[in-house]
Amino acid sequence: MFGNEFYIDPERCIGCQSCINACAECDTHRGTPMITVDYLDRRNSIATVPAICMHCDDPTCAEVCPADAIKKGEDGVVQSALKPRCVACSNCVLACPFGIPKVMTKLELMMKCDMCYDRTSVGKRPMCATVCPSQALAYVPPERIARERRETPTNVFQFGNETVTTKVYMMVPRGVTAVEVDVVDYMWEGAGA
Amino acid sequence: MKRFGDGRGVEPLWREEVSIHAADERYVSRRQFAKFLVLTSLGMFAGNLWILVKSWFAKKPVYPVQPVARLGEVPVGGVRLFNYPGPHDPCILVRTAETEAVAYSQKCTHLSCAVYYSHENGRIECPCHEGYFSVETGRVLQGPPQRPLPRVVLRQDGDRLVAIGMKLDPEEVRRA
Repeated sequence: MFGNEFYIDPERCIGCQSCINACAECDTHRGTPMITVDYLDRRNSIATVPAICMHCDDPTCAEVCPADAIKKGEDGVVQSALKPRCVACSNCVLACPFGIPKVMTKLELMMKCDMCYDRTSVGKRPMCATVCPSQALAYVPPERIARERRETPTNVFQFGNETVTTKVYMMVPRGVTAVEVDVVDYMWEGAGA
Repeated sequence: MKRFGDGRGVEPLWREEVSIHAADERYVSRRQFAKFLVLTSLGMFAGNLWILVKSWFAKKPVYPVQPVARLGEVPVGGVRLFNYPGPHDPCILVRTAETEAVAYSQKCTHLSCAVYYSHENGRIECPCHEGYFSVETGRVLQGPPQRPLPRVVLRQDGDRLVAIGMKLDPEEVRRA
């Protein structure tokens, strides 16, 4: 959209939570941030990673929605659930490989990051990317990322045999082409820690 | 044909009908439906208004005076076909009695089949869907037609029968 792409660089995240507060200021969902900042290994590290919707090319959340409430636009943005249709069944919450959708039980509605559609659809940057002081969240043209960063972007994620490609890019070390996620291994380590 | 990501097979129909892509959305929204209703009823209203205004300015049709037959030429119970008021409007004349003759449009009011006079049953019959009309008044006796046959008004000039107009008796219309 307007030549910009979304890049996440967990290495740059300092856990300041500016993005959360900026997101909560948006008029379309005032007071409820659609972004979270997760601690990767709280006991041993202060490392954090911002979690926004990756806008999958083949969005699992929309595939599993029984109410046909999650739609993907032609621009590749996977929209938040449609209020008249969502039945708050949490299928999308369980299905999303990145753990993005959240069901608001009081509203009986799933809400997730829609890449600030009101802003990005008219050429503005998403709220979180405008405030991120370390540009761990960057909404810039690809040329600029290639010029300014040491890491390379990738939008391929490998979950076991399942390959997920996304609209949002993750910055990875040079030479890495896909982010391999060993979910079982991570769960085991998490349980033992 | 698109396939599942894991190669499970051909896409089922429901995936096409309940697509995750916003562009494939085929539901009619409430607003679209309301708009359709309002616009079509507005169109209907305008059309009816137009018909009403047109009928105000419509001229009364002028029928020609046209000799049809001599009474002696048609035997009692016999018929004669003619065209009235135009050359492409078939009509049927029936001599019902020594001194009486009636004439109707030959087009059945159901689907415009040509009606004929059945002397043994004493009625005008349409062969297509068995619509029967009274030979005295032209009103529907049975069958699918809803309106009576338009009647040709005849005048007797000596032994000549002259058509002078067409008549759709409103009372007959109501009864039919």
